[in-house]
Amino acid sequence: MNAIALLSAAKDGVLTGSVYALMATGLTLVFGVMDIINIAQGILVILGAYLSYALQVHWHIDLFVGLLITTPTMFIVGVVIERAFIGRLKGPEKTAMSILVTYAVSLLIEGALNMIFSVNDVQLQASYVSKSFAIGQVHFGFIYVAGFILAAVLLGSLYVMLYRTRFGMSVRASLADQASAALVGIDVRRVSTITFGIGVAVTAAGGMIYGATNSFNASSSYDLISRLLTIIVLGGMGSLGGAMLAGIAMVFIGDVVGVVWSPVWSTMAYFVVLVLVLLWRPQGLFGRASARVA
Amino acid sequence: MLRARNLWWLVVLAAFGVFPLVVTNPTYTTIAVFTVIYMACASSWNMFSGYSGYIALGSAAFYGTGAYTMALLSIHLHMAPGAAMFWLVPLGGLVAMVFAVPIGWIALRVRRHTFVVITIAIFFIFQLSAINFGFTGGTSGLNLPFITWGYQYYNVPFYYVGLGLVIVATTLSALVRRSRFGMQLLAIRDDEDRALGLGVRTHAVKVTGFTLSAFAVGSAGALYAMFVGQIYPQFVYDPMFDVSIALMTFLGGLGTLSGPLLGALLLEASQQYLTIQFSNGSLYLILFGALFLIVIMFMPQGIVVALRDRVTRRAERERAAVSANEAPLVHDVPRDVAVGGAG
Repeated sequence: MNAIALLSAAKDGVLTGSVYALMATGLTLVFGVMDIINIAQGILVILGAYLSYALQVHWHIDLFVGLLITTPTMFIVGVVIERAFIGRLKGPEKTAMSILVTYAVSLLIEGALNMIFSVNDVQLQASYVSKSFAIGQVHFGFIYVAGFILAAVLLGSLYVMLYRTRFGMSVRASLADQASAALVGIDVRRVSTITFGIGVAVTAAGGMIYGATNSFNASSSYDLISRLLTIIVLGGMGSLGGAMLAGIAMVFIGDVVGVVWSPVWSTMAYFVVLVLVLLWRPQGLFGRASARVA
Repeated sequence: MLRARNLWWLVVLAAFGVFPLVVTNPTYTTIAVFTVIYMACASSWNMFSGYSGYIALGSAAFYGTGAYTMALLSIHLHMAPGAAMFWLVPLGGLVAMVFAVPIGWIALRVRRHTFVVITIAIFFIFQLSAINFGFTGGTSGLNLPFITWGYQYYNVPFYYVGLGLVIVATTLSALVRRSRFGMQLLAIRDDEDRALGLGVRTHAVKVTGFTLSAFAVGSAGALYAMFVGQIYPQFVYDPMFDVSIALMTFLGGLGTLSGPLLGALLLEASQQYLTIQFSNGSLYLILFGALFLIVIMFMPQGIVVALRDRVTRRAERERAAVSANEAPLVHDVPRDVAVGGAG
């Protein structure tokens, strides 16, 4: 328990938290535009990680170069899931049904991954994965810094796309009010499909960094999805900035508790903080109060 | 018509009652014990989530709490292994209810979608507590007093206690549905704001429903702990538990009385059977996921409602053919469809 350790916890919060924020952004974007809660996001991150793994082991493609292949692949996976299942859901119970449908999709993928890659833990390896450098007494792992830069670049381009392009304008219009967006000539169906695709595509980069910094198997998705869901709820569902802040807060709280108290309690501390925050603000940090009733 | 329906329930109950007398193979009675445990849980889960529309995915917290109540009390009271331990089964349910009050009070302050996530978070708090605290034995789990009933008949008492839980849960569910309280839950499902405006104390009603539904789940967890003899945090606080009972309920018919029972019977029995036959968890996940998708995409209201709709349509056709003659069946059925539908 000292200043260096706290500084180091803060550093981890920002570096690792930004990667969680990236994965959660896909989730919150999809919820905001489509009222869909994509429980499959966790297993899709793992799928992204396994894709990087397969490319590296079988074709010796570098993890970062591999993203040029895995990102479009994950985008297509997202579009297929949306067209096949999500887009068919209608009616007032759409959101509740989406939780079940995406859970089913997630079980299917989990079973398939277990069969293909077995349940043994793997971790992505590269010459730079375990290297680090130090500034003062604080150590920075290369892969964590690379993950942060990657997340920052992707979140930045997502921001530019949403706020500086015509497509982004139609996404935001659909986010604000689907019926009105359709009335002014926006093809909400197409916007939804592409948004879902983008929401899933970020799992390629997120999964690669996750896989390089953790050993994983298909059942790691349960831990991931619970974290991602709580991040978007803590940040306020549908809020992109909220997802950013909550992602960083999650890792930061966990690490500080780990340093000050004991690593055993770090995950639990975050969940307790989550419950307390929601007692105080049921709509999350940046959520609009009762913006979407039931 | 109502009497004919009650007769049906009695026939089914009798069939369940004589099952272990007819089928004595321990392999199958083991499957039967797990099946009644899940039937009780699904029925109870449906009483809150099905009627109110608030999908809870953290009931495993109650299941695990019941299991730990059974384990800790039987160990620390130095109970003689045997039938006396069954008294701890309802106690497990009561302890789960005690936990359910503050959990429900916190989690039900938010609306549906956030509620789902908060229940998941609370579930993980319970699981992590069981792993981290010393008195739970951590990941190495707890061993209960070892019961030395003969292999041939070991399952039978557990089966009947489990069946008793199913009866308790289903009776409670039926009573709730006919009561004013049940109407308030259904009103919350259909339009919470309007229900509030009409004077339903929505928060109190929801917390009460949530707490009531914890009883059978906690009891079932206690029964499970006694049945298997040793418990581990990752098995009694299992993330798949809630998905399973939600799927069972959706498969049978969310918000109906018999739906969760039918769904649990079909799914749990087939799951246990497949596990014994193939012992391939991955294949099972794929089958389970595919079945889940088919049910939700093609039968979103569940088997019970889909069947009733068919019966109703046929009866209506007949009625149209025989002109406007009284057809008592039709009067009975649509009321249930209206209650069970739109789930």
